[in-house]
Amino acid sequence: MIPGWEHFEHEADVGVRGRGRTEAEAFEQAALALTAVSVDPARVAATERVDVRCEAPDHELLLIDWLSRLVYEMAVGHLVFGKFEVWIDGGCLRGAAWGERVDPARHEPAVEVKGVSYLALRVGPEPDGNWVAQCVVDV
Amino acid sequence: MNTATLNRLDDWAWEIPKSGTMRVPGIIFASEELVGGMDEKVREQMSNVASLPGIVQAAYAMPDAHWGYGFPIGGVAAFDPQEGGVVSAGGVGFDISCGVRTLLTALSVEDIEPLRAQLADGLFQHVPAGVGSTSRLRLDERELTAMLNGGARWAVGAGYGQPADLGRIEQGGRYDGADPAQVSGEARHRQVDEMGTLGSGNHYLELQAVTDVYDPATADAFGLAVGAVVVSIHCGSRGLGHQVATEFARRMVIEGPGYGIRLADRELASVPIDSPVGRDYFGAMLAAANCALANRQILAHFVREVFERVTGDGNLSLLYDVSHNVCSLETHEIAGRRRDVYVHRKGATRSLGPGAADVPADLKAIGQPVLIGGSMGTCSYILAGTAASETRAFSSACHGAGRCQSRSQSMRQNRGEDVVERLRRRHITIKSRSLRGVAEEAPTAYKDVNAVVEVTHAAGLARKVARLAPLICVKG
Repeated sequence: MIPGWEHFEHEADVGVRGRGRTEAEAFEQAALALTAVSVDPARVAATERVDVRCEAPDHELLLIDWLSRLVYEMAVGHLVFGKFEVWIDGGCLRGAAWGERVDPARHEPAVEVKGVSYLALRVGPEPDGNWVAQCVVDV
Repeated sequence: MNTATLNRLDDWAWEIPKSGTMRVPGIIFASEELVGGMDEKVREQMSNVASLPGIVQAAYAMPDAHWGYGFPIGGVAAFDPQEGGVVSAGGVGFDISCGVRTLLTALSVEDIEPLRAQLADGLFQHVPAGVGSTSRLRLDERELTAMLNGGARWAVGAGYGQPADLGRIEQGGRYDGADPAQVSGEARHRQVDEMGTLGSGNHYLELQAVTDVYDPATADAFGLAVGAVVVSIHCGSRGLGHQVATEFARRMVIEGPGYGIRLADRELASVPIDSPVGRDYFGAMLAAANCALANRQILAHFVREVFERVTGDGNLSLLYDVSHNVCSLETHEIAGRRRDVYVHRKGATRSLGPGAADVPADLKAIGQPVLIGGSMGTCSYILAGTAASETRAFSSACHGAGRCQSRSQSMRQNRGEDVVERLRRRHITIKSRSLRGVAEEAPTAYKDVNAVVEVTHAAGLARKVARLAPLICVKG
């Protein structure tokens, strides 16, 4: 389904993949896949907004920076996110993440993401014209 | 992995012959069954590591090796700065200095039984574990810098544990060469409320019973006897280490090509050891390793507090503390010459034999304790380092069972409640805030740790001393 996200298999860690009609939408979906490693995004209330800005020399690194920034914001704010918006202009990304403070009883977080790896990293259009943004994250 | 394309060197060692861009061969320590069960990606990743500049002797994989990112998990590789050798953030991983610490108790399994519920509840409440858990400790900037310089030595000075602990931690509780100035403000910020937290995923705090002793003399020297109870802690450098790895992997991806390093995979991003970013990373990584040593020292203090309250005896002595995700500067004899090399161990434990410099003074004649964690439903092992391991693989051994199933596979096959109940029937108490986390960490997701340890022993990488079975497991 477009837009949509999924996890793909990796023996020790987890692959996160977002698909969208645009690159920005694929980045938003990849962020949902990242969140879903830990919690069900549908169970997260969008009560707090965090703004993110990244700049990178290529769009694969831009994906790494976007997801790494979300890992950082989740860690220092003890947050979980359930909704994202992304705007990409050249090598610059502006993003917004909505979520709330993690509640172990309600969210049942499974595992924290330690970092975003460059393994299986891919950002680009697919033959059907939709965009994919993916990589493996370390848990 | 298809064994037909490997050269069998002996009963327990398999060679990936040099081909293409490989500068050295790859060597996998495994039985035919274990190597056959390894993913082809392990071969691909080992070949990529064997192609990096300045690698010496061989790229090694331990019997628990599995597909990682960049380097395989269970991988060991040494690089010589005199030959343009590199350092790689991906070769250490995100959880810098993740490792295992084992504490000895004066109690037997029979002593523990009436206190099982109190101990399980006490540890679960007193030791922060799981996603979003925070510590009671708050370090200011000055204390944080002192911690990054001092590791477990700083923690003991701050009142966590005893000076005697330091002799039973690798490097005496502190990695020399740490450079806290290279640890960013964001990495420090991630650690503000994470000192003394266990984390999540495969991290654990376990009460374990010694079920088997294979070498009575060594077990006696280590303080282990059948029926005795020990406590093991598996965790690392928490958010600070994760952020250091994130930032330096990015710098290496961007700056590596400027040094003419061509990569098969961006995750292998490396830079020369003798380069500004190489030196900065090494200093920051060692500071993060000190953070891990301090973290495990504080966690041990929390465990001692719970034991004091519940059993009246909080005097748990430390058997050993050893990292299995780290890069260290070591001297090894390579082709008849002693050389200083940077050894990356990603999911591999140091295994120093008798007489080696970093073996604790009172264990010098025996060798370093090698701590191998299993899954929460199987068992763990205590081994001892061997002299043979030095020539086999730069004094290295396996680090655990190694996963054989992805997290989603394990979750599809297991419900957390069922895993907890199955283990309860086997007298293993699981305490976790996340049933999904328990399902993802179910024992069936891991390889048979017994097989991994048998090969480690038979291959001479380390020798079996004792086997431990879980009694209580606090999962992150």
